[in-house]
Amino acid sequence: MIADNPWIDAVVRMLLVVMLVIVAALILIWLERKVAGRIQMRLGPMVTGPYGLLQSVADAIKLMTKEDLRPASADRWVFELAPFVAFVPSMLVLVSLPFTADLFVRNLDLGLFYIVSVSGLSIVGLLMAGWGSANKYALLGAVRAAAQLISYEIPLVLAILGVAMVAGTLNLVEIVAGQGRVPYIAWQPLGFAIFIIATLAELYRNPFDIPVAESEIVGGPFIEYSGIRWSMFFFAEYINVFALSVLGSLVFLGGWNWPLGNEVGWPLQVVLIFAKTSAMLLMFMWLRVSLPRLRIDQLMSFCWQVLLPFAFLGIIINGFVLVYEWPDVLLGLFSGVAALIAGWAVYRGSRRAVPSQPWSVVPARGIN
Amino acid sequence: MVIERELETIDVSFNVGPQHPATHGVFRMVLTVDGELVVDLEPVIGYLHRGAEKLSENCDYRQAIGFQDRTEYLSQFNAEQCYCIAVEKLMGLEVPERAEYIRVILTELNRIASHLMFMGAFSADLGIFGTLFMYAFRERERMQELFEEISGDRMMYSYFRVGGLAWDVPEDFLERTRWVLKETRQGIADIDGLLTQNEILLARSRGIGAMSAEQAIDWGFSGPMLRASGVRHDLRRAEPYSIYDRLEFDIPVGDNGDVYDRYIVRLEEMRQSARIVEQCLDQMPKDGPIVAPGLKRVLRPPAGELYMRTENPRGEYGCYLVSKGADKPYRLKIRSPSFCHLSALRDMIVGHYMADAVIILGSVDIVLCEVDR
Repeated sequence: MIADNPWIDAVVRMLLVVMLVIVAALILIWLERKVAGRIQMRLGPMVTGPYGLLQSVADAIKLMTKEDLRPASADRWVFELAPFVAFVPSMLVLVSLPFTADLFVRNLDLGLFYIVSVSGLSIVGLLMAGWGSANKYALLGAVRAAAQLISYEIPLVLAILGVAMVAGTLNLVEIVAGQGRVPYIAWQPLGFAIFIIATLAELYRNPFDIPVAESEIVGGPFIEYSGIRWSMFFFAEYINVFALSVLGSLVFLGGWNWPLGNEVGWPLQVVLIFAKTSAMLLMFMWLRVSLPRLRIDQLMSFCWQVLLPFAFLGIIINGFVLVYEWPDVLLGLFSGVAALIAGWAVYRGSRRAVPSQPWSVVPARGIN
Repeated sequence: MVIERELETIDVSFNVGPQHPATHGVFRMVLTVDGELVVDLEPVIGYLHRGAEKLSENCDYRQAIGFQDRTEYLSQFNAEQCYCIAVEKLMGLEVPERAEYIRVILTELNRIASHLMFMGAFSADLGIFGTLFMYAFRERERMQELFEEISGDRMMYSYFRVGGLAWDVPEDFLERTRWVLKETRQGIADIDGLLTQNEILLARSRGIGAMSAEQAIDWGFSGPMLRASGVRHDLRRAEPYSIYDRLEFDIPVGDNGDVYDRYIVRLEEMRQSARIVEQCLDQMPKDGPIVAPGLKRVLRPPAGELYMRTENPRGEYGCYLVSKGADKPYRLKIRSPSFCHLSALRDMIVGHYMADAVIILGSVDIVLCEVDR
């Protein structure tokens, strides 16, 4: 409890978490540009403030003072409401996301379930944006986003479910409390790999940035947005990135617990969770700047033919080991072997002989 | 490829370009898509037409060199070389040895620079967030600096002259070029390491936009596009111009003629060009004239006509030159490889997904100035 009065307590907690996340998102945007710059032999932002630290602030001011354009043919209400519909779920996720053993808004017993269900809501905002913009690129992007997010939700949930089975709870604080000795990544390497891949797809970042593909559909659902509305989408995206990185470090990397234990004070816990989240974020950034983009059909077949079977396999492994009460080491061993098989399957699958093309002239269909 | 439809759907036409990041210049294509599947495509060109051929008729033979730079703005030296050789052949000029070597060094370096540009743009089409683009441009920048030092300009060099070169290269040319070449080899290895064996690239580009050898020949493909389809044809070997008959190099050839093969062929061509430059640096005479002796100030080739073609980074670049004995070309027609490749775009793209359309267009490596002229 931060304060005695439950109402004041709730408000203070909410303010703390929102401030934390907004600052984190601003820093994240700056960091992403810096990291991308360094990988690409550039300096990144350098002019605004020391090392360009104020770049996010400058961008925010620029975006807020920009004209809020709406295309004449756009569906007015759908177009203007879409950023809010995308923004609110990303904030809702924060309600039950703990940062330390004490720092959370509300420690729900079904916290994991709540986060997974709420984070899928933002797709409605993207669909509204795509439909309301009256732009074909936007519509195509929105439909791609819907297909992608709905598909990848399933392996994501299954990967997290594996941890929930081992931990025996859906309460995030208790899940972290169970990782004092060993983080769950050691018992669930396959689950962690699937979680990372599905998270990348959920956040539509490379190599799964198909809904916003810059070189194909030029920003997808956001193509017609500008100014404050565009920045709301952008901000929601970065809050999602941050929230899912925190979730990954809580569920798989031992959160604030491993390796220092649950009893160290909150400053050390904050440092731990910060370090783990940063590691996740840096990995996302690294992947973003070094991987090409998949195609939508390959993305779908990868989800349904590779990720989903292996996610189920992980659940089955968990089930056997837990029901027959075999030692935990077997859990990690089986899961690790399954992860290696999955990696090998992808390696071999991408190097298959190319199917021969039928060489014939294409008949003209014409427009309509 | 006949497309079968399972559901009753409505085709949507997408207007890609002229302001679109994937069109590499000012190019428009109207895609008719059924969901993600491209069922029809109509390329629209002409946005960059400046009448370079007609303008050349109003300039004397020396001034027309400048239009070659502006036509083929990614491999300027190659285009200049083609035009200069055409005029030289018309006049029966003999270019000094040293000038020939410098020309070949510069054109081959320019070929590498052009292919590096392709690597960067292609990776951006594939969706790599700028990293490979920066890698490629780091290498290209070194060459641009070298070219600037030699010719005084970063883009529109106008350095080659009919009968030789405008002026001699700087004193440290050999050392500089060797250093640039060493760094470039490392850069090519970097690009190779980042992209070639990438699973996503393999999945995205193999079997996409494939052209059989017969189709490629029928469409008038040339250069890397033709060689990717498995035709071992390189003008530097088939009809050696300049000093290419003295140089050793291999012609990389692909198997399937798909996007991946085009990438691989270009990657290997860069290595071969580096090999050529190294040989030239070793063989090059240290001293000597750089312009054919006894050249008049105003060039008046005898009446006649001639077609000269050279192997440019994009393919067969040709100059058809008609002279009536005046100081200006009577007619100059440029044969641009990108135009031929672009005309096959519809055949390559229809039946693929929309994301493939972008990388197929990228794999063509078009220069729109050269298409429209």
